Amino acid sequence: MKKSIVIGSVIISSAVASLAYCSGGGEYEGSKWFKPRPDVAPVTNQLYKNECASCHMGYQPGLLPERSWQKLMTGLDDHFSDNAELTAESYTAILNYLTDNAADKSDYKRSRRIANSLAADDTPLRITDTDYFKRKHRELSLTTITHNAEIGSISNCIACHSQADKGSFNENEIRIPGALGRWD
Amino acid sequence: MKKQTLVSASLLVAIHTPLFAGEQLESTIQLYQRQGNLSFSVEAGKTLWNQEITHKQMPVTRSCASCHGSDVSQSGKHIKTTKVIKPMSPTINPDRFTDQAKIEKWFLRNCKWTWGRECSVQEKGDILRYLSQQ
Ligand code: HEC
Ligand code: HEC
Ligand code: HEC
Repeated sequence: MKKSIVIGSVIISSAVASLAYCSGGGEYEGSKWFKPRPDVAPVTNQLYKNECASCHMGYQPGLLPERSWQKLMTGLDDHFSDNAELTAESYTAILNYLTDNAADKSDYKRSRRIANSLAADDTPLRITDTDYFKRKHRELSLTTITHNAEIGSISNCIACHSQADKGSFNENEIRIPGALGRWD
Repeated sequence: MKKQTLVSASLLVAIHTPLFAGEQLESTIQLYQRQGNLSFSVEAGKTLWNQEITHKQMPVTRSCASCHGSDVSQSGKHIKTTKVIKPMSPTINPDRFTDQAKIEKWFLRNCKWTWGRECSVQEKGDILRYLSQQ
């Protein structure tokens, strides 16, 4: 009896360990001398990828402060007029992942700037509503964006930032579909 | 004693090995069949897939094809976010319909959003029968 419990839990704990191993190790691979460190921590959590990257790019937790994620997660049944409801288990795991890695808890430079651009009582539900974002994109015309079928929405980061899904938003990676092409 | 170890080991295997596309899809269809002694048709599924429902909010006309396309061997495009959605045809895309919970989750969300209500078991069965033949 005892023995089987021990064996069972060894199997389970090694499975847990292998899961932890898969979801860890998010640091940028490759030489730090030649490749810039991505400016927002990349998404490494597989559950988050499955649940929050199916309708749009998986927005990195470091793009919004903890209080914004908490608010966003309370309204998933009416999520920007879409339904993104989760099971109770996934809900808790994803909420923890988001809040643990939120902009105000991250030491990545872009995350710090986003967090610092907000007044303490400002809780935007959109990255695109943060002061930092608005400042960086004020040269873009919104009408051009919504009329460009390839972009569709300013929330579609990856349409212009070719490495957005890796957490990198450097200017030299920007390619605006249509007329403009490379930005720099 | 042995039995218990086996049970916990095989439980893990069950969690970690997804079924093959066809297997899961057929077992989901059978599950629906048993729920009401129902039978399903490719034609009915195809009609449901393309039927357009009018809404008060944008986008005003919606169908399953709005995001998945009516040729399901091709990729679709999310109507609001423009994200590419891989083909729904399980022949072209073997990753389709390999997880019962995923199938149910998306039926729930997408039926509510597209048709303004949940799909019936009959409708889900017809749609899966249609998709399974594509
Ligand atoms: C069923 C589809 C769907 C799922 C699943 C989904 N979203 Fe969204 N999400 C949307 C839509 C639609 C928008 C609005 C996009 C637009 O305005 O272009 C959006 C917008 C957002 C935005 C705002 C982007 C901006 O700055 O404008 C955030 C943040 C976001 N989602 C986070 C999440 C998180 C976290 C999850 C997982 C819990 C999730 N989403 C799951 C459909 C979805
Ligand atoms: C229509 C194209 C477009 C979309 C969509 C877009 N951006 Fe940008 N973004 C730009 C351009 C162009 C700049 C450079 C502005 C400048 O330097 O004047 C920029 C700048 C930035 C910067 C600052 C880069 C730097 O080096 O200072 C960040 C961070 C950023 N964007 C994040 C995002 C995020 C996050 C999203 C999605 C929520 C997004 N962008 C969506 C075009 C876009
Ligand atoms: C607003 C866009 C949108 C509409 C409209 C839509 N879907 Fe989906 N559907 C998605 C997205 C996004 C996914 C998940 C992405 C993926 O699996 O590649 C999905 C996944 C699914 C899945 C799960 C597939 C799997 O591999 O398990 C089923 C089933 C499904 N949709 C059925 C439907 C049906 C039936 C309708 C019409 C009633 C419909 N969808 C309408 C966006 C949509």
